[in-house]
Amino acid sequence: MAERIYIFKRFERFWHWSQALLIIFMMLTGFEVHGVYNIFGFKAATELHTIAAWTLVSLWVFAIFWHFTTGEWKQYIPTLEKVDAMLKFYLTGIFTDAPHPFKQTTVSKHNPLQRLAYLFVLAIINPLIWTTGWFYLFYGSWENWGFGWLSLEWVAFFHVIAAFMMLIFFIAHIYLATAGHTVTAHIKAMITGWEEVED
Amino acid sequence: MLKFKYKGSLLALTFVLSIGMIWPVHANDAKAPEKAVVSGAVDVFGIAVDEQKKKSTADHSKFKELQVDFKDGPAVTKACISCHTEASKQLHKTKHWNWDYINADTKQHLGKKNVINNFCTSVPSNYKFCTACHIGYGWEDENFDFTAEEKVDCLVCHDTTGNYKKLPGLAGHPNYKTMEWPPHSGKFRAPTDLKQVAQAVGKTSRATCGACHFRGGGGDAVKHGDLDSSLTTPDRYLDVHMDAKGLDFSCSKCHTSDSHEVAGSRYQPTAVDDKGTLIRGSKEERNAATCVACHGNVPHFGEFAKMNEHTDKIACQTCHIPAYARGNKQTKMSWDWSTLGKMDDQGHAMKIKGSDGSVIYDSKKGDFTFDHYVVPEYQWFNGEVEFTLADTKIDPTKVVKINSFKGSYDDGKSRIWPTKVFRGKQMFDKGNNTLVVTSLSDDPETALWKNFDINKAVEYGMKYAGRDFSGEVGWVETEMSWPITHMVAPKEDVVECHQCHTENGRLAGIEGIYIPGTNTTPLLDKLGFIVAFLTLIGVLIHGAIRYFMHKRGG
Repeated sequence: MAERIYIFKRFERFWHWSQALLIIFMMLTGFEVHGVYNIFGFKAATELHTIAAWTLVSLWVFAIFWHFTTGEWKQYIPTLEKVDAMLKFYLTGIFTDAPHPFKQTTVSKHNPLQRLAYLFVLAIINPLIWTTGWFYLFYGSWENWGFGWLSLEWVAFFHVIAAFMMLIFFIAHIYLATAGHTVTAHIKAMITGWEEVED
Repeated sequence: MLKFKYKGSLLALTFVLSIGMIWPVHANDAKAPEKAVVSGAVDVFGIAVDEQKKKSTADHSKFKELQVDFKDGPAVTKACISCHTEASKQLHKTKHWNWDYINADTKQHLGKKNVINNFCTSVPSNYKFCTACHIGYGWEDENFDFTAEEKVDCLVCHDTTGNYKKLPGLAGHPNYKTMEWPPHSGKFRAPTDLKQVAQAVGKTSRATCGACHFRGGGGDAVKHGDLDSSLTTPDRYLDVHMDAKGLDFSCSKCHTSDSHEVAGSRYQPTAVDDKGTLIRGSKEERNAATCVACHGNVPHFGEFAKMNEHTDKIACQTCHIPAYARGNKQTKMSWDWSTLGKMDDQGHAMKIKGSDGSVIYDSKKGDFTFDHYVVPEYQWFNGEVEFTLADTKIDPTKVVKINSFKGSYDDGKSRIWPTKVFRGKQMFDKGNNTLVVTSLSDDPETALWKNFDINKAVEYGMKYAGRDFSGEVGWVETEMSWPITHMVAPKEDVVECHQCHTENGRLAGIEGIYIPGTNTTPLLDKLGFIVAFLTLIGVLIHGAIRYFMHKRGG
């Protein structure tokens, strides 16, 4: 029998989807600024990228506030428990409809691999992309901030590395969103907030 | 019900998005005061020239001193300095008068009478011809008296009639008798009406400055590329400041003068000005003829604010002058002296014109090429210019730089500048490996343009200049750089972002600068996309296995 639990709150869903749109858009415009292709034109691409960045900053201000006031930040505390079971599941069990080794609850809604992956995003990719992006955006203020020794070349280099990591995360994330007990289960949950979990 | 459920999210989205949209706009508001500075400058300086004329307190036609029939230029000057008692003494101190200049930083002895370029090359032994563009009368040889007050030519700068013209060959005088001009043209110039010109004197103008500076190198538009007669009455497209129907700047709006010393120099240019606006009354001793002197250090605002973050590496001119020779005049791009002396079938000197009417071959001078709407060549430049002087040893197997623009990415005082690079092939002393002074115009026995004998011409020129000559003339390739700073385009015609921010853009080849969008990290890009692609393949295979296993499992 399946039980329905309310996992993703309204703000959380809003945060997820608006952030998703912004990140997709920033990858699209960002790789154009980097010179990979020509869609909007360089000027428009930089301007749109900048507007999207400020929008994402605003969104994050709310998201950080929300995580602390609700205590939801605890969802990202890493654990190595059952990581091996999760890996084994993705490598074999998932093909044979074996039971999922992790049981979702409202207090623990991410499986151990998810926790690790999101922590990687939060602790590695985001700091890298935000710091370099911030410096990139305020290139003209480096001297005043005491960062005159920085080189745009290296700031851009690490920004692009982070962008590639984000792209790779994005591909894996979308695929794993289909790895619920049905292909669309996780996606539905992210839209409605309700996840069906097995007893 | 559904509508109600998502209303909160919609509201929140709107809120977050509007903050995101407003934020960058507000971030730029801090720069808004700069706008006021710019428009203030326009209000102060933008008075039309005609109005200024009306505002003059003196009508020179009413002066008794000027109501006489002057026999020559110096007679006019005597009348001028009877009231303007210090004028000539002031001018005697200027480059315009001395053609002599020592660069205090490099200690190089420069000035028109000393340097050798790759146009007509050298002044000594050609004074009568060259001094048509000297602000004096009678400099025809080394014995010219530089202390003579009456020999200063007031009219060439202060004429408002357009009827005053100094002709090559007359050593700085206009014609006082009827004279065929241009030579052998069958056209005749009436004697200059000095009384009329003298009574109408006024402020300098684009026309008076241009009488020489538009015609550098021996003709309209030849030398600079960003200065030619199209700037006499330019439209807004050609020069946003000098636009005759708009701001109508004269040269002196930027090239201010103090005691007849005019701001600006090509020997010691101001390549970087980061000192902000030059406020009236300021005691700073600095060049007023810079963009920053009016526009300040932070001239862009609103949607263009990002451009302020380009000024640490890029001269204003690099974006704001997308091309030079934008006024439909052909500027000379190269000059090959080595082919001079070919005669036509009758054995006469000849000129051959190209399809656009420009002279592309002249028996006196060799081969030329011309161009217009030219995209500049860009160089790091910190304002220091090193010249190859008359006694500098050259390496004739390489292209000799007549002048080298110093500067680099990391010297902390350079900007990327647009330049015209003029390329030539010219005579040099093969034995001594130096550039040479050549007799071109004055001396009947040796002048190249009368005798077509390069050996005789160089021998005489070198002797005249008191320089050692080995007796053997060779040809050497040369380059000369000219900073591009005039013909400032209106904002809608500036260089677009993508013209530099692209692979092989305008600044391709400029060393030491990272330009986003120019494909500068091909290895990283390749690696990144390969890993992303492998991830995609991986999940697709994983998904395919899931699909088929699931299907088989029922």
